[in-house]
Amino acid sequence: MAELTFDNLTKRFDGAPALDRISASIGAGEFVALLGPSGCGKTTLLRLTAGFEHPDAGTIRVGGDIVAREGRFVPPEDREIGIVFQSYALWPHKTVAQNVSYPLEVRRVPRAAREARVAEALDLTGLRDFAGRMPAQLSGGQRQRVALARCLVFEPRAVLLDEPLANLDLALRASMQEVFTMFHRRTGATMLYVTHDQSEALALADRVAVMQAGQIRQFAAPEVLYREPADCFVAGFVGDGAVVPARLTGRAEAGRVLISVLGVEVWARSATATPSHVSIRPEAIALSDDGALRARVIGCTYLGGRFRLELEVAGETLVAFSARRAALGETLGVTITDPWAFRDPEAETLIARVLNHA
Amino acid sequence: MSVSTFGNGNSRSLDRLLPLVLLPVAVMALGPVVRLLLEGIGFGEGFTTDHLRTVLGRDSTRTALIHSLLTAGGGTVLSVLIGASFAFLVALTDIRAKGALVFCLMVPMMIPPQITALAWMQMTGPSSVLLKLLGLAPPLGSPQPLHSAGGIVLLLGIQHAALVFLTLRAGLRMIPADLVEAARMSGAGAVRVWAQIVLPLSMPALIAGGAMAFVTALGNFGIPAMLGIPAGYSTLPTLIYQRLVGMGPAVLPEVAVLALLIGAVAIAGVLLGRVMLSRQGFGLVGLSGTPLTLSLGRARLPVEIALWAFIFAILALPLIALLATSLIPAYGVALSFDTATLKAWAEVLFVQPVTRRAYGNSLMLAVLAAAILMAVSLPLAWLMERRPSRLSRALDALIDLPYALPGVVLSIACILTFLKLPFTDLTLYGTIWIILMAYLARFFVVMLRPIQASLAQLDPAMEEAAASVGARLGRRLRTIVLPLAAPSAAAGAILVFLTAVNELTVSALLWSSGTETLGVVIYNLEDSGETVMASALAMSIVLLIVALMALVQISAKHFPKGVIPWQS
Repeated sequence: MAELTFDNLTKRFDGAPALDRISASIGAGEFVALLGPSGCGKTTLLRLTAGFEHPDAGTIRVGGDIVAREGRFVPPEDREIGIVFQSYALWPHKTVAQNVSYPLEVRRVPRAAREARVAEALDLTGLRDFAGRMPAQLSGGQRQRVALARCLVFEPRAVLLDEPLANLDLALRASMQEVFTMFHRRTGATMLYVTHDQSEALALADRVAVMQAGQIRQFAAPEVLYREPADCFVAGFVGDGAVVPARLTGRAEAGRVLISVLGVEVWARSATATPSHVSIRPEAIALSDDGALRARVIGCTYLGGRFRLELEVAGETLVAFSARRAALGETLGVTITDPWAFRDPEAETLIARVLNHA
Repeated sequence: MSVSTFGNGNSRSLDRLLPLVLLPVAVMALGPVVRLLLEGIGFGEGFTTDHLRTVLGRDSTRTALIHSLLTAGGGTVLSVLIGASFAFLVALTDIRAKGALVFCLMVPMMIPPQITALAWMQMTGPSSVLLKLLGLAPPLGSPQPLHSAGGIVLLLGIQHAALVFLTLRAGLRMIPADLVEAARMSGAGAVRVWAQIVLPLSMPALIAGGAMAFVTALGNFGIPAMLGIPAGYSTLPTLIYQRLVGMGPAVLPEVAVLALLIGAVAIAGVLLGRVMLSRQGFGLVGLSGTPLTLSLGRARLPVEIALWAFIFAILALPLIALLATSLIPAYGVALSFDTATLKAWAEVLFVQPVTRRAYGNSLMLAVLAAAILMAVSLPLAWLMERRPSRLSRALDALIDLPYALPGVVLSIACILTFLKLPFTDLTLYGTIWIILMAYLARFFVVMLRPIQASLAQLDPAMEEAAASVGARLGRRLRTIVLPLAAPSAAAGAILVFLTAVNELTVSALLWSSGTETLGVVIYNLEDSGETVMASALAMSIVLLIVALMALVQISAKHFPKGVIPWQS
């Protein structure tokens, strides 16, 4: 187990930046998810860490050793980093046991020790009865476990997972998430987990790095991402709810600002005295007949146990949860409590651009 | 943890060494062709066009060129007729036993052309054992009808029909079924659909197949040699053969020009095909892969009978005639239960030193060629797929050349290159190694393409997974890539083996006493009147080839798509 550090890491494909000066540090034994839409650079970051790609600039450190820097490149086979591929990449000509034993054969581990460690890894992933099977005879979830066992058997310094659940059906995903959590708890390995599915990232990771266009937009614990998004992208990408422009009223206290949203003044949690937007999660909206804001119902979806309402207020769309069904077109009263206000960096440049033009 | 820097790598030394494979391979495969080109412009004695002018000005050259164009052209027309009929019926209709039909259509392509010629000659003419047995033989003294331009055209057409069939069938499979369904919804019947939708859409494949059949027919040596030389009808390949055999290496500069001429005609044929293709190109949009099955209705049985009767006529009858001839004690004796004997078989397989030596030579050459090419092609295909460079891409584009060019062209090129090894006084001419070198150059692509196909289908993550758990390149190639590409490599090796055992064109020009190949010996036996022994030897080779093809066919499910030429 080792910490992973990226410093100013840049990777270009045909001139177009796929990763743009990434700097981040992942602690030893930490479980970190890289979350973002497709093309955001998360898989590139993973492949750079594994050593399958050469960075154009910047440094990668594994446990203090520099594995990639200008003029220095440690090939994947010398990095001691395990990876679980989206396609699992099990070798079809080897049995489950042979797949798992391969990393130890490469390391010339004596036969007796090798067999013991393979058996241990198969036990841990619940594959003891499948040791003699060929990969083609396994189900998707079992293949995933083999890939995991193959990775854990040589006790890598870090484990990379590339969308490992993307090829599994919903029911299996939940049980595999438990396997990953168990695996992390048992081995204490540093894990870097790439996914585009926020529920996976929020459920599994200690911290989540939300990526967009080759940059990390926010790197924080799941509950922080949800309650205190750093910018409009994170607020919109992670969790449900609405992002609405906010106007300052001039009143601010420690950790709180009074802002004007949709024509009403609301106290919002904030880390800045000059926010530009406000993130309104469904929990922040109370529905009543006499709320200050009048909202028209434009969508109603049953989620099981509650309804998700889409509400139109002053040209913006809010999301609220309701215990009862609402008719489309119905008007409801809305009260906003405890939203999160933040300053979007894009807004700054927007304002600057407007000012320049003026 | 070992570390490499960009400056001096040690842990990735194999990664550095492997690209060095490219250069010798390029020299081995393309060197002779380049050497031949240089010869045409007077390499060694200063630039001159004298040879070009004298040789091209001769009447014999002009006659041979016209004969070549006529026979190859006529053969192509026949190939297109046969191949296209089979392709349309097999790919579009609901006839039964398609697999068996295709396999039987492929056999003539895999049988060496001189054996085809020999077999057909045993089926026609006054001394045909089979015709005598049936009492149908023409009177003694009447001419062998196949010793003519028509005979050459007929056999070339049959021999290369499979090329047109395969190309066209592949093209037909690309036609989206919904195009045909749309036409039928518009009210078009089966015939109209074929004529107005399928035929226009399959023109590109038909042209490509025709061009391939033309180039192959142009380079065919076995058929014009067996049928044309007795009749005094020479084509370019047989002219080159007769000159070189008659006059020895002294006429090399002259035959080099002839070789260049035939090479130029072949390339012109390919280019013409390309031009016609570019005018015919359609962008096909839609789901392909759904097989079109037009129902033949009540016509199905008659069509099936007609197809199988045709196969019987072009494949079974000649082979039966060949078998009949191989069973008589001496040429001229009629076959009956009393006269039938395996004497000729025993003679060629166990007694005659020449035929035994030829079997030994051919099998050794084929095995060596297959083994060497397999050993070189695996790392090469991996390099081309995983570490493409400008050199590897250029090699990829040019490696088809030695196989696509007529065999005589490559033979002359090899003689020129190896007559005097560069920087030494040694020569490979007259040894078996010159034949091996020519085989390596010629069959490279036969081996490389199947392996490339299987590596292209191999998920790169398979190798990355091995790298991430610590396996170095050598180990990854040995334990991951090699086992996964092995079935295709085996298929490629069998194909190389089959083609090399069949081979006459290259070895006819490169053999010398002691280095005869099977193809050469069959030709020589027939040439010296030992038809019965030639037939027995030919029949034994046919059995070997069909057995090998069947072996490939049986293990077909282990190979990736596109590896076996007669499947797709």
